[in-house]
Amino acid sequence: MLELENISFGAENDGKPVEIVRDISLTIPDNKFVVITGPNGGGKSTLAKLIAGIEKNTAGRIIFNGEDITDKNITERARLGIGFAFQQPVRFKGLTVLDLLRIAAGKPIKIAAACEYLSEVGLCAKDYINREVNASLSGGELKRIEIATVLARDIKLALFDEPEAGIDLWSFSNLVRIFENMRKAENGRTIVVISHQERILNIADEIIVLADGQIVKQGTKDEILPGIIGTKYATDVCRKIAETEGGNHA
Amino acid sequence: MLKMDPIQLNLLKEVAELHDVPEGAYNFRANGQSVGRSSTANIEITTKTEGSGIDIRIKDNTKNESVHIPVVLSESGLKETVYNDFYVGENCDVLIVAGCGIDNCGQQDSEHDGIHRFYVGKNSRVRYVEKHYGSGDGSGKRILDPQTEVYMDEGSTMEMEMVQIKGVDSTHRTTIGELKANAKLVVHERLMTHGEQSAYSVYKIDLNGEGSSADVVSRSVARDSSYQKLDMCIVGSAPCSGHTECDSIIMDNGRILAVPSLEVNNVDAQLVHEAAIGKIAGEQLVKLMTLGLTEAEAEEQIINGFLK
Repeated sequence: MLELENISFGAENDGKPVEIVRDISLTIPDNKFVVITGPNGGGKSTLAKLIAGIEKNTAGRIIFNGEDITDKNITERARLGIGFAFQQPVRFKGLTVLDLLRIAAGKPIKIAAACEYLSEVGLCAKDYINREVNASLSGGELKRIEIATVLARDIKLALFDEPEAGIDLWSFSNLVRIFENMRKAENGRTIVVISHQERILNIADEIIVLADGQIVKQGTKDEILPGIIGTKYATDVCRKIAETEGGNHA
Repeated sequence: MLKMDPIQLNLLKEVAELHDVPEGAYNFRANGQSVGRSSTANIEITTKTEGSGIDIRIKDNTKNESVHIPVVLSESGLKETVYNDFYVGENCDVLIVAGCGIDNCGQQDSEHDGIHRFYVGKNSRVRYVEKHYGSGDGSGKRILDPQTEVYMDEGSTMEMEMVQIKGVDSTHRTTIGELKANAKLVVHERLMTHGEQSAYSVYKIDLNGEGSSADVVSRSVARDSSYQKLDMCIVGSAPCSGHTECDSIIMDNGRILAVPSLEVNNVDAQLVHEAAIGKIAGEQLVKLMTLGLTEAEAEEQIINGFLK
Protein backbone atom coordinates (compact mmCIF):
# COMPACT_ATOMS: atom_id res chain seq x y z
CA MET A 1 0.00 0.00 0.00
CA LEU A 2 1.21 3.47 -0.86
CA GLU A 3 0.25 6.39 1.33
CA LEU A 4 1.00 10.01 0.52
CA GLU A 5 0.53 12.37 3.45
CA ASN A 6 0.30 16.09 2.68
CA ILE A 7 2.86 15.95 -0.13
CA SER A 8 4.06 19.22 -1.59
CA PHE A 9 6.80 20.02 -4.05
CA GLY A 10 8.06 23.50 -4.76
CA ALA A 11 10.58 24.74 -7.28
CA GLU A 12 11.81 28.07 -8.58
CA ASN A 13 10.80 29.53 -11.91
CA ASP A 14 12.62 32.73 -12.90
CA GLY A 15 13.55 33.26 -9.29
CA LYS A 16 9.94 32.97 -8.11
CA PRO A 17 8.85 30.04 -5.98
CA VAL A 18 6.26 27.81 -7.67
CA GLU A 19 4.26 25.06 -6.00
CA ILE A 20 4.01 22.21 -8.50
CA VAL A 21 2.40 19.70 -6.13
CA ARG A 22 0.23 21.15 -3.39
CA ASP A 23 -0.60 19.27 -0.23
CA ILE A 24 -1.70 16.00 -1.81
CA SER A 25 -2.88 13.17 0.41
CA LEU A 26 -3.69 9.87 -1.18
CA THR A 27 -3.87 6.16 -0.41
CA ILE A 28 -3.36 3.53 -3.10
CA PRO A 29 -4.18 0.00 -1.87
CA ASP A 30 -2.39 -3.10 -3.15
CA ASN A 31 -3.28 -4.73 -6.47
CA LYS A 32 -5.06 -1.66 -7.80
CA PHE A 33 -4.82 -0.16 -11.23
CA VAL A 34 -4.85 3.59 -10.78
CA VAL A 35 -4.75 6.12 -13.60
CA ILE A 36 -3.74 9.70 -12.91
CA THR A 37 -4.97 12.10 -15.53
CA GLY A 38 -5.40 15.82 -15.95
CA PRO A 39 -4.18 18.79 -17.96
CA ASN A 40 -0.55 19.23 -18.91
CA GLY A 41 1.41 21.05 -16.26
CA GLY A 42 -0.94 19.84 -13.55
CA GLY A 43 1.76 18.01 -11.61
CA LYS A 44 1.15 14.40 -12.72
CA SER A 45 4.70 13.51 -13.75
CA THR A 46 6.12 15.33 -10.76
CA LEU A 47 3.90 13.33 -8.42
CA ALA A 48 5.11 10.06 -9.96
CA LYS A 49 8.72 11.21 -9.68
CA LEU A 50 8.19 12.11 -6.02
CA ILE A 51 6.96 8.56 -5.36
CA ALA A 52 10.04 7.05 -7.10
CA GLY A 53 12.39 9.46 -5.32
CA ILE A 54 13.55 11.13 -8.54
CA GLU A 55 12.32 14.41 -7.07
CA LYS A 56 12.27 15.08 -3.32
CA ASN A 57 9.06 16.38 -1.83
CA THR A 58 9.46 19.64 0.06
CA ALA A 59 6.74 18.74 2.56
CA GLY A 60 4.80 15.67 3.68
CA ARG A 61 5.59 11.98 4.11
CA ILE A 62 5.52 8.98 1.78
CA ILE A 63 4.72 5.59 3.32
CA PHE A 64 5.22 2.42 1.30
CA ASN A 65 3.97 -0.86 2.75
CA GLY A 66 4.07 0.63 6.23
CA GLU A 67 7.61 1.98 5.88
CA ASP A 68 8.36 5.70 5.77
CA ILE A 69 10.41 6.11 2.58
CA THR A 70 10.41 9.91 2.52
CA ASP A 71 14.15 10.10 3.15
CA LYS A 72 15.10 7.12 1.02
CA ASN A 73 16.89 7.69 -2.28
CA ILE A 74 15.97 6.38 -5.73
CA THR A 75 18.03 3.19 -5.38
CA GLU A 76 16.60 2.32 -1.95
CA ARG A 77 13.05 2.83 -3.19
CA ALA A 78 13.77 0.74 -6.30
CA ARG A 79 15.06 -2.06 -4.09
CA LEU A 80 11.91 -1.89 -1.98
CA GLY A 81 9.97 -2.68 -5.15
CA ILE A 82 9.10 0.60 -6.83
CA GLY A 83 9.50 0.67 -10.62
CA PHE A 84 9.35 3.63 -12.95
CA ALA A 85 8.90 3.84 -16.73
CA PHE A 86 9.98 7.21 -18.06
CA GLN A 87 7.90 9.29 -20.44
CA GLN A 88 11.03 10.08 -22.45
CA PRO A 89 13.42 7.17 -22.05
CA VAL A 90 17.12 7.90 -22.07
CA ARG A 91 19.61 6.44 -24.55
CA PHE A 92 22.89 4.74 -23.67
CA LYS A 93 25.85 4.44 -26.01
CA GLY A 94 27.26 0.96 -25.72
CA LEU A 95 24.68 -0.64 -23.40
CA THR A 96 22.60 -3.20 -25.25
CA VAL A 97 18.95 -4.04 -24.76
CA LEU A 98 20.07 -7.29 -23.11
CA ASP A 99 22.40 -5.39 -20.74
CA LEU A 100 19.53 -3.16 -19.69
CA LEU A 101 17.13 -6.07 -19.14
CA ARG A 102 19.76 -7.88 -17.08
CA ILE A 103 20.32 -4.80 -14.92
CA ALA A 104 16.56 -4.50 -14.53
CA ALA A 105 16.17 -8.14 -13.50
CA GLY A 106 18.95 -7.65 -10.95
CA LYS A 107 20.33 -11.09 -11.68
CA PRO A 108 21.83 -12.93 -14.62
CA ILE A 109 18.87 -13.87 -16.78
CA LYS A 110 18.97 -16.12 -19.78
CA ILE A 111 18.57 -14.66 -23.23
CA ALA A 112 15.32 -16.58 -23.59
CA ALA A 113 13.87 -14.79 -20.54
CA ALA A 114 14.99 -11.41 -21.86
CA CYS A 115 13.38 -12.23 -25.20
CA GLU A 116 10.07 -12.90 -23.49
CA TYR A 117 9.99 -9.36 -22.10
CA LEU A 118 10.68 -7.97 -25.57
CA SER A 119 7.98 -10.11 -27.17
CA GLU A 120 5.61 -8.86 -24.50
CA VAL A 121 6.10 -5.28 -25.72
CA GLY A 122 5.77 -6.29 -29.35
CA LEU A 123 9.42 -6.27 -30.38
CA CYS A 124 10.93 -9.15 -32.30
CA ALA A 125 13.47 -10.33 -29.76
CA LYS A 126 16.16 -11.53 -32.12
CA ASP A 127 16.26 -8.17 -33.87
CA TYR A 128 16.63 -6.18 -30.70
CA ILE A 129 18.33 -8.20 -27.98
CA ASN A 130 21.86 -7.18 -29.00
CA ARG A 131 21.03 -3.71 -30.27
CA GLU A 132 22.60 -0.79 -28.47
CA VAL A 133 20.12 1.44 -26.68
CA ASN A 134 21.44 4.40 -28.67
CA ALA A 135 20.28 6.96 -31.20
CA SER A 136 19.72 4.24 -33.81
CA LEU A 137 16.49 3.28 -32.03
CA SER A 138 13.34 5.22 -32.79
CA GLY A 139 11.38 6.90 -30.03
CA GLY A 140 8.71 4.20 -30.24
CA GLU A 141 11.21 1.35 -30.00
CA LEU A 142 12.89 3.04 -27.07
CA LYS A 143 9.57 3.44 -25.34
CA ARG A 144 8.74 -0.25 -25.65
CA ILE A 145 12.17 -1.21 -24.33
CA GLU A 146 11.54 1.15 -21.41
CA ILE A 147 8.33 -0.72 -20.61
CA ALA A 148 10.17 -4.06 -20.95
CA THR A 149 12.72 -2.94 -18.31
CA VAL A 150 9.86 -2.46 -15.86
CA LEU A 151 8.36 -5.85 -16.77
CA ALA A 152 11.73 -7.49 -16.09
CA ARG A 153 11.79 -6.23 -12.52
CA ASP A 154 10.33 -7.97 -9.52
CA ILE A 155 8.35 -5.03 -8.17
CA LYS A 156 5.33 -4.26 -6.05
CA LEU A 157 4.48 -0.84 -7.45
CA ALA A 158 4.93 0.10 -11.10
CA LEU A 159 4.72 3.75 -12.15
CA PHE A 160 4.24 4.48 -15.86
CA ASP A 161 4.60 8.07 -17.02
CA GLU A 162 2.51 8.43 -20.20
CA PRO A 163 3.34 4.96 -21.56
CA GLU A 164 1.26 5.55 -24.68
CA ALA A 165 3.28 8.58 -25.80
CA GLY A 166 5.43 7.70 -28.79
CA ILE A 167 4.00 4.24 -29.44
CA ASP A 168 1.31 5.35 -31.85
CA LEU A 169 2.17 2.66 -34.38
CA TRP A 170 1.77 -0.02 -31.79
CA SER A 171 -1.80 -0.83 -30.98
CA PHE A 172 -3.10 0.33 -27.65
CA SER A 173 -4.69 -3.03 -27.11
CA ASN A 174 -1.19 -4.45 -26.63
CA LEU A 175 -0.41 -1.84 -24.03
CA VAL A 176 -3.69 -2.50 -22.30
CA ARG A 177 -2.96 -6.23 -22.42
CA ILE A 178 0.41 -5.68 -20.73
CA PHE A 179 -1.28 -3.86 -17.87
CA GLU A 180 -3.88 -6.57 -17.55
CA ASN A 181 -1.22 -9.28 -17.49
CA MET A 182 0.66 -7.39 -14.81
CA ARG A 183 -2.45 -7.35 -12.66
CA LYS A 184 -3.10 -11.04 -13.22
CA ALA A 185 0.44 -12.05 -12.29
CA GLU A 186 0.69 -14.23 -9.21
CA ASN A 187 2.19 -11.53 -7.02
CA GLY A 188 -0.21 -8.93 -8.36
CA ARG A 189 1.30 -5.51 -8.60
CA THR A 190 -0.09 -2.10 -7.96
CA ILE A 191 0.04 -0.12 -11.18
CA VAL A 192 -0.08 3.64 -11.35
CA VAL A 193 -0.30 5.05 -14.87
CA ILE A 194 -0.21 8.65 -15.95
CA SER A 195 -2.30 8.83 -19.07
CA HIS A 196 -4.65 10.89 -21.19
CA GLN A 197 -5.88 7.89 -23.12
CA GLU A 198 -9.48 6.89 -22.77
CA ARG A 199 -8.70 3.22 -23.37
CA ILE A 200 -6.29 3.19 -20.48
CA LEU A 201 -8.67 5.16 -18.27
CA ASN A 202 -11.27 2.56 -19.19
CA ILE A 203 -9.42 -0.29 -17.44
CA ALA A 204 -8.70 1.69 -14.27
CA ASP A 205 -9.96 0.64 -10.86
CA GLU A 206 -9.58 4.21 -9.80
CA ILE A 207 -9.07 7.50 -11.59
CA ILE A 208 -7.43 10.56 -10.09
CA VAL A 209 -7.71 13.91 -11.86
CA LEU A 210 -4.86 16.23 -11.04
CA ALA A 211 -4.84 19.92 -11.94
CA ASP A 212 -2.78 22.81 -10.69
CA GLY A 213 -0.90 20.52 -8.32
CA GLN A 214 -4.02 19.28 -6.55
CA ILE A 215 -6.46 16.40 -6.77
CA VAL A 216 -9.65 17.80 -8.27
CA LYS A 217 -11.48 14.51 -8.74
CA GLN A 218 -10.93 11.05 -7.41
CA GLY A 219 -13.08 7.98 -7.60
CA THR A 220 -13.78 4.69 -9.26
CA LYS A 221 -13.78 4.42 -13.00
CA ASP A 222 -17.59 4.39 -12.98
CA GLU A 223 -17.71 7.61 -11.02
CA ILE A 224 -15.15 9.55 -13.07
CA LEU A 225 -15.19 8.08 -16.54
CA PRO A 226 -18.72 9.09 -17.65
CA GLY A 227 -17.56 12.70 -17.72
CA ILE A 228 -14.75 11.73 -20.06
CA ILE A 229 -16.40 9.31 -22.50
CA GLY A 230 -17.57 10.86 -25.72
CA THR A 231 -14.86 13.44 -25.90
CA LYS A 232 -11.92 13.12 -28.23
CA TYR A 233 -9.30 13.60 -25.62
CA ALA A 234 -9.49 12.98 -21.96
CA THR A 235 -7.35 16.04 -21.43
CA ASP A 236 -10.09 18.27 -22.77
CA VAL A 237 -12.42 16.97 -20.13
CA CYS A 238 -9.76 17.32 -17.48
CA ARG A 239 -9.18 20.89 -18.50
CA LYS A 240 -12.88 21.58 -18.24
CA ILE A 241 -12.98 20.04 -14.81
CA ALA A 242 -10.03 22.15 -13.77
CA GLU A 243 -11.58 25.31 -15.22
CA THR A 244 -15.01 24.82 -13.75
CA GLU A 245 -13.92 23.58 -10.38
CA GLY A 246 -10.78 25.70 -10.15
CA GLY A 247 -8.85 23.05 -8.30
CA ASN A 248 -10.86 23.68 -5.13
CA HIS A 249 -11.53 20.03 -4.49
CA ALA A 250 -8.99 18.39 -2.25
CA MET B 1 53.39 -25.15 -21.04
CA LEU B 2 54.66 -21.61 -20.67
CA LYS B 3 57.45 -20.80 -18.26
CA MET B 4 55.79 -17.84 -16.64
CA ASP B 5 55.15 -16.84 -13.02
CA PRO B 6 51.59 -16.14 -11.78
CA ILE B 7 51.94 -12.36 -12.26
CA GLN B 8 53.05 -12.83 -15.83
CA LEU B 9 50.25 -15.29 -16.49
CA ASN B 10 47.72 -12.79 -15.16
CA LEU B 11 49.10 -10.10 -17.46
CA LEU B 12 48.85 -12.56 -20.33
CA LYS B 13 45.22 -13.20 -19.51
CA GLU B 14 44.47 -9.46 -19.44
CA VAL B 15 46.15 -8.53 -22.72
CA ALA B 16 45.56 -11.59 -24.85
CA GLU B 17 42.84 -13.54 -23.02
CA LEU B 18 45.19 -16.49 -23.03
CA HIS B 19 45.86 -19.02 -20.31
CA ASP B 20 48.36 -21.05 -22.23
CA VAL B 21 49.87 -21.29 -25.68
CA PRO B 22 47.32 -20.58 -28.38
CA GLU B 23 46.75 -22.40 -31.62
CA GLY B 24 48.61 -21.06 -34.64
CA ALA B 25 51.75 -18.98 -34.67
CA TYR B 26 52.93 -17.15 -31.56
CA ASN B 27 55.79 -15.42 -29.88
CA PHE B 28 55.67 -14.71 -26.15
CA ARG B 29 58.03 -12.17 -24.71
CA ALA B 30 58.53 -11.80 -20.96
CA ASN B 31 60.96 -9.36 -19.32
CA GLY B 32 62.88 -8.80 -22.52
CA GLN B 33 63.26 -12.48 -23.45
CA SER B 34 61.35 -14.71 -25.82
CA VAL B 35 59.80 -17.45 -23.68
CA GLY B 36 57.93 -19.32 -26.36
CA ARG B 37 57.64 -19.27 -30.12
CA SER B 38 55.94 -21.30 -32.77
CA SER B 39 55.77 -20.83 -36.50
CA THR B 40 53.33 -22.62 -38.78
CA ALA B 41 53.51 -23.77 -42.38
CA ASN B 42 52.14 -20.41 -43.53
CA ILE B 43 53.34 -18.04 -40.82
CA GLU B 44 57.01 -17.74 -40.02
CA ILE B 45 58.35 -15.84 -37.04
CA THR B 46 62.06 -15.02 -36.96
CA THR B 47 64.27 -12.92 -34.72
CA LYS B 48 65.57 -9.76 -36.31
CA THR B 49 69.22 -9.95 -37.20
CA GLU B 50 69.67 -6.29 -36.40
CA GLY B 51 68.07 -4.66 -33.39
CA SER B 52 65.46 -6.06 -31.05
CA GLY B 53 62.28 -7.63 -32.33
CA ILE B 54 60.80 -10.14 -34.72
CA ASP B 55 59.70 -10.44 -38.32
CA ILE B 56 56.42 -12.16 -39.02
CA ARG B 57 55.97 -13.34 -42.59
CA ILE B 58 52.59 -14.58 -43.70
CA LYS B 59 52.43 -16.42 -47.02
CA ASP B 60 50.03 -15.50 -49.80
CA ASN B 61 46.54 -17.03 -49.51
CA THR B 62 46.84 -17.80 -45.79
CA LYS B 63 43.30 -17.96 -44.49
CA ASN B 64 41.74 -18.26 -41.05
CA GLU B 65 45.02 -18.37 -39.17
CA SER B 66 46.17 -16.34 -36.22
CA VAL B 67 49.32 -14.87 -34.74
CA HIS B 68 49.67 -14.00 -31.06
CA ILE B 69 52.59 -11.86 -29.94
CA PRO B 70 51.89 -10.77 -26.35
CA VAL B 71 54.51 -9.06 -24.19
CA VAL B 72 54.63 -9.00 -20.41
CA LEU B 73 56.92 -7.07 -18.10
CA SER B 74 57.05 -7.81 -14.40
CA GLU B 75 60.51 -6.56 -13.58
CA SER B 76 60.68 -3.00 -12.25
CA GLY B 77 63.00 -0.67 -14.12
CA LEU B 78 62.98 -2.58 -17.40
CA LYS B 79 62.90 -0.37 -20.50
CA GLU B 80 62.78 -1.77 -23.98
CA THR B 81 62.02 -0.79 -27.55
CA VAL B 82 60.98 -3.64 -29.80
CA TYR B 83 60.44 -3.61 -33.55
CA ASN B 84 57.93 -6.10 -34.92
CA ASP B 85 57.35 -6.18 -38.64
CA PHE B 86 54.44 -8.01 -40.21
CA TYR B 87 54.64 -8.90 -43.87
CA VAL B 88 51.19 -10.10 -44.87
CA GLY B 89 51.06 -11.67 -48.35
CA GLU B 90 48.27 -11.32 -50.88
CA ASN B 91 44.73 -12.69 -50.46
CA CYS B 92 45.21 -13.53 -46.78
CA ASP B 93 42.64 -13.48 -43.97
CA VAL B 94 44.36 -13.48 -40.59
CA LEU B 95 43.95 -12.44 -36.98
CA ILE B 96 46.88 -10.78 -35.21
CA VAL B 97 46.71 -10.36 -31.45
CA ALA B 98 49.32 -8.17 -29.80
CA GLY B 99 49.27 -6.43 -26.47
CA CYS B 100 51.44 -5.56 -23.54
CA GLY B 101 50.95 -5.95 -19.82
CA ILE B 102 53.23 -4.31 -17.27
CA ASP B 103 53.27 -5.14 -13.59
CA ASN B 104 55.46 -2.76 -11.64
CA CYS B 105 55.78 -3.23 -7.88
CA GLY B 106 59.07 -1.38 -7.64
CA GLN B 107 60.36 2.16 -7.49
CA GLN B 108 61.70 2.41 -11.01
CA ASP B 109 59.76 3.12 -14.16
CA SER B 110 59.04 0.22 -16.51
CA GLU B 111 58.58 0.94 -20.17
CA HIS B 112 57.78 -1.02 -23.29
CA ASP B 113 57.70 0.68 -26.66
CA GLY B 114 56.44 -1.62 -29.36
CA ILE B 115 56.90 -0.42 -32.88
CA HIS B 116 54.65 -2.46 -35.14
CA ARG B 117 54.81 -2.13 -38.90
CA PHE B 118 52.27 -3.85 -41.10
CA TYR B 119 52.74 -4.38 -44.80
CA VAL B 120 49.37 -5.71 -45.93
CA GLY B 121 49.34 -7.36 -49.36
CA LYS B 122 46.76 -6.94 -52.09
CA ASN B 123 43.21 -8.01 -51.20
CA SER B 124 44.24 -9.29 -47.79
CA ARG B 125 42.17 -8.91 -44.70
CA VAL B 126 43.73 -8.43 -41.28
CA ARG B 127 42.06 -8.13 -37.93
CA TYR B 128 44.42 -6.67 -35.36
CA VAL B 129 43.70 -6.60 -31.63
CA GLU B 130 46.00 -4.76 -29.26
CA LYS B 131 45.36 -4.48 -25.54
CA HIS B 132 47.46 -2.62 -23.02
CA TYR B 133 47.20 -3.16 -19.31
CA GLY B 134 49.10 -2.17 -16.18
CA SER B 135 49.09 -3.47 -12.62
CA GLY B 136 51.23 -3.38 -9.49
CA ASP B 137 51.34 -0.86 -6.66
CA GLY B 138 54.94 0.33 -6.85
CA SER B 139 55.80 4.00 -7.22
CA GLY B 140 57.57 3.26 -10.51
CA LYS B 141 55.54 4.24 -13.53
CA ARG B 142 54.17 1.88 -16.17
CA ILE B 143 54.83 3.44 -19.52
CA LEU B 144 53.76 2.26 -22.98
CA ASP B 145 54.59 4.26 -26.08
CA PRO B 146 53.45 2.13 -28.99
CA GLN B 147 53.84 3.12 -32.59
CA THR B 148 51.80 1.42 -35.26
CA GLU B 149 52.40 1.85 -38.95
CA VAL B 150 50.09 0.34 -41.52
CA TYR B 151 50.92 0.20 -45.21
CA MET B 152 47.97 -1.16 -47.12
CA ASP B 153 48.14 -2.38 -50.69
CA GLU B 154 45.26 -2.28 -53.15
CA GLY B 155 42.01 -3.82 -52.04
CA SER B 156 43.25 -4.75 -48.58
CA THR B 157 41.22 -4.38 -45.40
CA MET B 158 42.41 -3.90 -41.84
CA GLU B 159 40.32 -3.70 -38.70
CA MET B 160 42.17 -2.51 -35.63
CA GLU B 161 40.92 -2.73 -32.08
CA MET B 162 43.15 -0.77 -29.73
CA VAL B 163 42.27 -1.02 -26.06
CA GLN B 164 43.88 0.50 -22.99
CA ILE B 165 41.55 0.34 -20.06
CA LYS B 166 43.57 0.20 -16.90
CA GLY B 167 46.80 0.81 -15.12
CA VAL B 168 49.07 2.45 -17.68
CA ASP B 169 50.53 5.66 -16.19
CA SER B 170 51.73 7.28 -19.34
CA THR B 171 51.20 6.53 -22.98
CA HIS B 172 52.04 8.19 -26.25
CA ARG B 173 50.33 6.22 -28.98
CA THR B 174 51.08 6.99 -32.57
CA THR B 175 49.29 5.31 -35.44
CA ILE B 176 49.93 6.10 -39.06
CA GLY B 177 48.36 4.55 -42.11
CA GLU B 178 48.94 4.78 -45.86
CA LEU B 179 46.24 3.33 -48.07
CA LYS B 180 46.34 2.52 -51.74
CA ALA B 181 43.34 2.13 -54.05
CA ASN B 182 40.26 0.48 -52.53
CA ALA B 183 42.03 -0.25 -49.26
CA LYS B 184 39.90 0.05 -46.16
CA LEU B 185 40.98 0.79 -42.60
CA VAL B 186 38.65 0.61 -39.60
CA VAL B 187 39.97 1.60 -36.17
CA HIS B 188 38.17 1.29 -32.86
CA GLU B 189 40.13 2.75 -30.00
CA ARG B 190 39.06 2.40 -26.37
CA LEU B 191 40.90 4.38 -23.78
CA MET B 192 40.41 4.93 -20.09
CA THR B 193 42.71 6.93 -17.85
CA HIS B 194 42.52 7.41 -14.10
CA GLY B 195 44.57 8.78 -11.21
CA GLU B 196 47.26 11.10 -12.52
CA GLN B 197 47.67 9.26 -15.81
CA SER B 198 48.18 10.90 -19.15
CA ALA B 199 47.48 9.53 -22.61
CA TYR B 200 48.30 11.00 -25.98
CA SER B 201 46.85 9.28 -29.00
CA VAL B 202 47.80 10.52 -32.42
CA TYR B 203 46.49 9.18 -35.71
CA LYS B 204 47.47 10.23 -39.20
CA ILE B 205 45.82 8.26 -41.96
CA ASP B 206 46.70 9.05 -45.57
CA LEU B 207 44.12 8.00 -48.13
CA ASN B 208 46.26 8.00 -51.24
CA GLY B 209 44.41 5.62 -53.54
CA GLU B 210 41.11 6.00 -55.34
CA GLY B 211 38.30 4.29 -53.47
CA SER B 212 40.24 4.01 -50.23
CA SER B 213 38.40 4.59 -46.97
CA ALA B 214 39.07 5.00 -43.26
CA ASP B 215 36.82 5.00 -40.22
CA VAL B 216 38.68 5.98 -37.05
CA VAL B 217 36.54 5.99 -33.93
CA SER B 218 37.84 6.66 -30.45
CA ARG B 219 35.83 6.26 -27.30
CA SER B 220 37.53 7.36 -24.13
CA VAL B 221 36.91 8.03 -20.46
CA ALA B 222 39.08 10.36 -18.35
CA ARG B 223 38.59 9.91 -14.60
CA ASP B 224 40.16 11.44 -11.47
CA SER B 225 42.87 13.94 -12.52
CA SER B 226 43.93 12.21 -15.71
CA TYR B 227 44.59 13.90 -19.04
CA GLN B 228 44.05 12.80 -22.62
CA LYS B 229 44.89 14.33 -25.93
CA LEU B 230 43.24 12.70 -28.92
CA ASP B 231 44.64 13.96 -32.19
CA MET B 232 43.09 12.24 -35.17
CA CYS B 233 43.82 13.36 -38.68
CA ILE B 234 42.68 11.91 -41.99
CA VAL B 235 44.28 13.16 -45.18
CA GLY B 236 42.43 12.59 -48.44
CA SER B 237 44.58 12.86 -51.54
CA ALA B 238 42.37 10.90 -53.94
CA PRO B 239 38.65 10.25 -54.44
CA CYS B 240 38.13 8.54 -51.09
CA SER B 241 35.97 8.59 -47.99
CA GLY B 242 36.96 9.05 -44.38
CA HIS B 243 35.34 9.53 -41.01
CA THR B 244 36.96 10.25 -37.67
CA GLU B 245 35.15 10.52 -34.37
CA CYS B 246 36.27 11.24 -30.81
CA ASP B 247 33.60 10.48 -28.25
CA SER B 248 34.60 11.00 -24.64
CA ILE B 249 33.21 10.89 -21.14
CA ILE B 250 34.85 13.15 -18.61
CA MET B 251 34.61 12.57 -14.85
CA ASP B 252 35.93 14.10 -11.62
CA ASN B 253 38.79 16.45 -12.56
CA GLY B 254 39.69 14.70 -15.80
CA ARG B 255 40.71 16.75 -18.83
CA ILE B 256 40.48 15.91 -22.52
CA LEU B 257 41.67 17.72 -25.61
CA ALA B 258 40.10 16.26 -28.74
CA VAL B 259 41.52 17.39 -32.07
CA PRO B 260 39.89 15.57 -34.93
CA SER B 261 41.17 17.05 -38.17
CA LEU B 262 40.91 16.63 -41.91
CA GLU B 263 43.17 17.55 -44.76
CA VAL B 264 41.72 17.38 -48.24
CA ASN B 265 43.94 17.45 -51.31
CA ASN B 266 41.46 16.14 -53.85
CA VAL B 267 38.12 17.61 -54.82
CA ASP B 268 36.47 14.17 -54.67
CA ALA B 269 37.66 13.27 -51.20
CA GLN B 270 34.73 13.03 -48.79
CA LEU B 271 35.89 13.41 -45.22
CA VAL B 272 33.93 13.98 -42.03
CA HIS B 273 35.00 14.48 -38.45
CA GLU B 274 33.12 14.77 -35.19
CA ALA B 275 33.93 15.10 -31.52
CA ALA B 276 31.92 15.11 -28.33
CA ILE B 277 33.10 15.39 -24.74
CA GLY B 278 30.69 15.35 -21.86
CA LYS B 279 29.95 14.00 -18.45
CA ILE B 280 27.61 11.07 -17.87
CA ALA B 281 24.08 12.34 -18.38
CA GLY B 282 22.14 12.67 -15.13
CA GLU B 283 19.11 10.97 -16.71
CA GLN B 284 21.21 7.90 -17.50
CA LEU B 285 22.23 7.60 -13.84
CA VAL B 286 18.65 8.14 -12.68
CA LYS B 287 17.31 5.48 -15.05
CA LEU B 288 19.74 2.85 -13.81
CA MET B 289 19.10 3.86 -10.19
CA THR B 290 15.37 3.27 -10.72
CA LEU B 291 16.41 -0.25 -11.73
CA GLY B 292 18.05 -0.70 -8.33
CA LEU B 293 21.69 0.25 -8.94
CA THR B 294 23.53 2.69 -6.69
CA GLU B 295 24.93 5.81 -8.32
CA ALA B 296 28.44 4.28 -8.36
CA GLU B 297 27.18 1.01 -9.85
CA ALA B 298 25.24 2.96 -12.48
CA GLU B 299 28.40 4.88 -13.42
CA GLU B 300 30.35 1.67 -13.82
CA GLN B 301 27.68 0.12 -16.03
CA ILE B 302 27.53 3.20 -18.23
CA ILE B 303 31.33 3.33 -18.61
CA ASN B 304 31.67 -0.40 -19.20
CA GLY B 305 29.02 -0.21 -21.90
CA PHE B 306 30.59 2.87 -23.46
CA LEU B 307 34.01 1.22 -23.64
CA LYS B 308 32.76 -2.19 -24.64
